[in-house]
Amino acid sequence: MTRFSQAALDALMPMHVVIGPTGHIVSAGPTISRLCAQGNFVGRRLAEVFELRKPQVHDARMDSLRALAGERLLLQLRQAPRTQFKGILVPAVGDASLLLNLSFGIGAMAAVQDHDLNNADFAPTDLTIEMLYLHEAKRVLDGEFRRVNARLESSRDKAHFQAMTDALTGLRNRRAMEAELALAIEARTHFSLFQVDLDLFKQINDTLGHAAGDRVLEVAAKRMLANTRDVDIVTRVGGDEFVILGIGLIERDRLAKFATELISDLERPIDFEGQDCHISASIGFTISTIYKSPDADQMMADADAALYAVKRAGRGHALVFDPKQHGADIVTAAE
Amino acid sequence: MHGLIGRAIQNFVHDTYGPETWLQIVGVAAVPMTEFEPLKIYSDDVADKVLDAVALCLERPREEILEDMGLYLVAHPNCATVRRLLRFGGDTFLHFLHSLNELPDRVRLAVSDLDLPELDLREHYAGNLTLTVFDGPHGFGHVLVGLLRAMADDFGALVMLEHMGRNQSAETLQVQLLEVDYAQGRAFQFAGDGTAP
Repeated sequence: MTRFSQAALDALMPMHVVIGPTGHIVSAGPTISRLCAQGNFVGRRLAEVFELRKPQVHDARMDSLRALAGERLLLQLRQAPRTQFKGILVPAVGDASLLLNLSFGIGAMAAVQDHDLNNADFAPTDLTIEMLYLHEAKRVLDGEFRRVNARLESSRDKAHFQAMTDALTGLRNRRAMEAELALAIEARTHFSLFQVDLDLFKQINDTLGHAAGDRVLEVAAKRMLANTRDVDIVTRVGGDEFVILGIGLIERDRLAKFATELISDLERPIDFEGQDCHISASIGFTISTIYKSPDADQMMADADAALYAVKRAGRGHALVFDPKQHGADIVTAAE
Repeated sequence: MHGLIGRAIQNFVHDTYGPETWLQIVGVAAVPMTEFEPLKIYSDDVADKVLDAVALCLERPREEILEDMGLYLVAHPNCATVRRLLRFGGDTFLHFLHSLNELPDRVRLAVSDLDLPELDLREHYAGNLTLTVFDGPHGFGHVLVGLLRAMADDFGALVMLEHMGRNQSAETLQVQLLEVDYAQGRAFQFAGDGTAP
């Protein structure tokens, strides 16, 4: 009968344990010995050191252990950090001893960390090192994936912002206005909706050129922002067409005052290369509270109706939509 | 070409010569991007164009630059993860050298579409070895020279390394291991420091 020395067992199975006929550990491999905080497992009963998790055996007498020979075992160190092991048990030839071999299984990463193990602690045939390598490589790649994701997210946010922004004035565009309007209606916010058309803009474009027109639009946008609050939404929806949502702004007197002041402000001359450009604005507006259930298209159409009434009446002032007269209630004249 | 290769070149130039140099090189190389995405696959000629541009802009021979890049991949603090992954190859420099035979498989295990050229390490007599690179991209052997030099330092071993040139599609390196414990190497714990890369 071939027999192998203890050194041979240690080299082949650095995580083995030999259990003597009395159920006490008589020898242990070098790696498993490193895990014992009390110095040595030798001389202690197997059941004192390890809890048998699977199959669960409540009396760990030698007879019960011997019956587990050849089975897949799951054990756990009783002391902290309660490391788990896979195990297999085989009977010795010649006496009633048992040989138990252990490995870390899937918990290898934690075990290596907890017990500060190194290459030499594993048999050359053990693939645990490869698992650690893979785990580490995976962490590196996880980091790369996260970075790629963050980059994509920021480009998406940028693209989204650009898609919602008017490049010339920096105001939000029609798409953004429609989204904000839908949001305000959905949230049952009380608000006013202004359609603002610049008057005399086309003449400036035709006589002084597009650069002058662009300058006028930029300045007009700034003045609209200056005349509104942060909560209001100022958008450029077309060439010289703007829509302003006055959030929470529904009292007619305040709306009229706001519209008058905005028109006066827009009428201040705009300097373009030493030349004064003069524009004005026509404003039609409506208020969410006059509707039983406000509808975006309806409100846009009504503000438009009021705006056209202003234009028919000679431009340069503001008019609120009147459901009874379809836009005859002139609240302010700026001329 | 795998984006990780391109990224290695980019990081090497960026960390060694600064972001302006990198942008200049991308301009000279006339490649259609300013940054390599590490998880993307690029056409094979991109790395060549970039490396030619690096040599042109830095006014240094390509071989020298590739060797510096090999050193960078192990020794630079920003490449701590590469060094750690390489240290899994063995607990002595000699073990590490022998693990190079399985390096391409090891790399494929981690990144399935990253193909490294096949490597063959032969020990002719004690301390005298040759490493052959088969069908690698031109100059891959020079990257290995730098990488092995830095790894020898890491293990504290004293070596002499020489690139013996390219023969048909194979590049050969001569490795003379003069002393395994020449200096104190850098510490390496499997457990790592617990910080995410």
